[in-house]
Amino acid sequence: MIGLQHYLVVSAILFVMGVLGIFINRKNIIIILMAIELILLSVNINLVAFSVFLGDMVGQVFSMFVLTVAAGEAAIGLAILVIYFRGRGTIAVDDVNRMKG
Amino acid sequence: MIDSTSLLAVMPELVLTVGGLVLLMIAAFGGDGTARLVNSLSVVTLIGAGFALLCSLAHGPDAFDGLYRADAFSVYAKALIYGAAASAILLAARFFSTDGMLRPEYPILIVFAAVGMGMMVSAGDMLTLYVGLEMNSLASYVLASFMRQDGRSSEAGLKYFVLGSLASGILLYGISLLYGFTGSTTFDGIAVALGGGVSKGALFGLVFVLAGLAFKISAVPFHMWTPDVYEGAPTPVTTFFASAPKVAAIALTVRVAIEALGPAGLDWQQIVIFVALASIIFGAVAAIGQSNIKRLMAYSSINNVGFALIGLACGTPAGVAATMSYMTIYVIMTIGAFACILQMRDADGKPVETIASLAGLSQSRKGLAAAFAIFMFSMAGIPPLFGFWAKFLVFDAAVAAGLTALAAVGIAASVIGAFYYLKIIKTIYFDEPTAAYEAKGGAVENIILTACATVIVLGYLLNPMLDQASAAAAASLF
Repeated sequence: MIGLQHYLVVSAILFVMGVLGIFINRKNIIIILMAIELILLSVNINLVAFSVFLGDMVGQVFSMFVLTVAAGEAAIGLAILVIYFRGRGTIAVDDVNRMKG
Repeated sequence: MIDSTSLLAVMPELVLTVGGLVLLMIAAFGGDGTARLVNSLSVVTLIGAGFALLCSLAHGPDAFDGLYRADAFSVYAKALIYGAAASAILLAARFFSTDGMLRPEYPILIVFAAVGMGMMVSAGDMLTLYVGLEMNSLASYVLASFMRQDGRSSEAGLKYFVLGSLASGILLYGISLLYGFTGSTTFDGIAVALGGGVSKGALFGLVFVLAGLAFKISAVPFHMWTPDVYEGAPTPVTTFFASAPKVAAIALTVRVAIEALGPAGLDWQQIVIFVALASIIFGAVAAIGQSNIKRLMAYSSINNVGFALIGLACGTPAGVAATMSYMTIYVIMTIGAFACILQMRDADGKPVETIASLAGLSQSRKGLAAAFAIFMFSMAGIPPLFGFWAKFLVFDAAVAAGLTALAAVGIAASVIGAFYYLKIIKTIYFDEPTAAYEAKGGAVENIILTACATVIVLGYLLNPMLDQASAAAAASLF
């Protein structure tokens, strides 16, 4: 029987993978965008699982909002990435260092 | 239920949204030539939204079944946000026109960001909070990378985007845990559930939510994006980032901590105390070695957020009132300081950013040098000026709430902080001139500069009014 905790564990694993994907990844900024999506999707699993468990619709409504905002966020992220690439000619993470820090 | 009272309560957002869409149409059909027109119309829109706040206050405090709050607290924060946003628009025209980047998108993005910030400070539900926060963030990412040809600006935008999205993700994960373990997304519902005991899951949610919000207010240990973004973004955008979104994020943090997480006060108080102390000390120490003035202002803003959080750490109405007063004074000081920074130009009219290039300013531009000195003294918290009053209020609230040790460390760190402000004044007045300076400033910048300087010097006359407004705002939260 698959219970609430199984969903929470999957979601926690996805969340941690997303965060590690941002910090450990040394290669490509596109992978960072994918990691961000992974974080948002792990939140959605959480919200929907809780929503079913609590018998409350708010969680599912919330997850629709998260999906919509994630789409907008990805669009803006890719747009910024394009102008960055135009100026620099590379999207390797190690090259994002014009300013120290 | 959507009824007319709710619609009247969200009047400021309606004015800004409709105004922003109309301006977008003007910009889309008129092209870049409409930039100056859109600039002034967006300031008019923000002023209009400011007047709509009165309508909002009259039809509050709850709208849309508690999703949205139009109480004294939100009105206070919004007045501050709209004022800061309008100043950021007014200060920008001259900067962008020298680079040929005077485009109508800048004021429109700021108007849309202001809608988002208004939703943030009026949130009565985690959903409103999230949507408002994202509206502000998405506009801010674009603003940071506004100078498309400049490599530093697009890098700033990219860094802001990645770390801002990570912060939103952390915040959302916390919201989902809070929802699951309290069964509600409304602030009131969460408070009721937490009042019956704080479960482990809810505690995790609380920590994640506070971590996400700490990112947005750039408090240590989640500050690492701030110096890069402030340095890389165009200076008018940095002015905006340092003022309006900062107020919105602090007000949001205060509202979430008091209204939603109030019953778990003992749990978040120690987190807020740690974050406040770390921000104050790190902001003061890390600023010392900086050579770029925008980077220095970034560390200064981290430091100031720490002081503002001292008020929240008290968890009392007096503490919250002190935080709001602090943010008001901070915004006036910051906008004034950035108005000075925007006037830093070499003989060709090109903007310069290094602190060393300020040397000899007192000989070429006496008025600007004096204004710079006033703002730096005020930021350092030297007594006759306004900035001292802000620090006094938070320390007073902290001592009254029994957090004497926190206040003592804060005062010690503010002495360290005074060092780098005084270093700028020393460079302006005592160092040998290195390069020629542009002889005159822009009219609008001069007006804002004079206004801010006057407020900071004669600020004591405003203190009773400010205290009263802050106290009323804080009272509406408890």
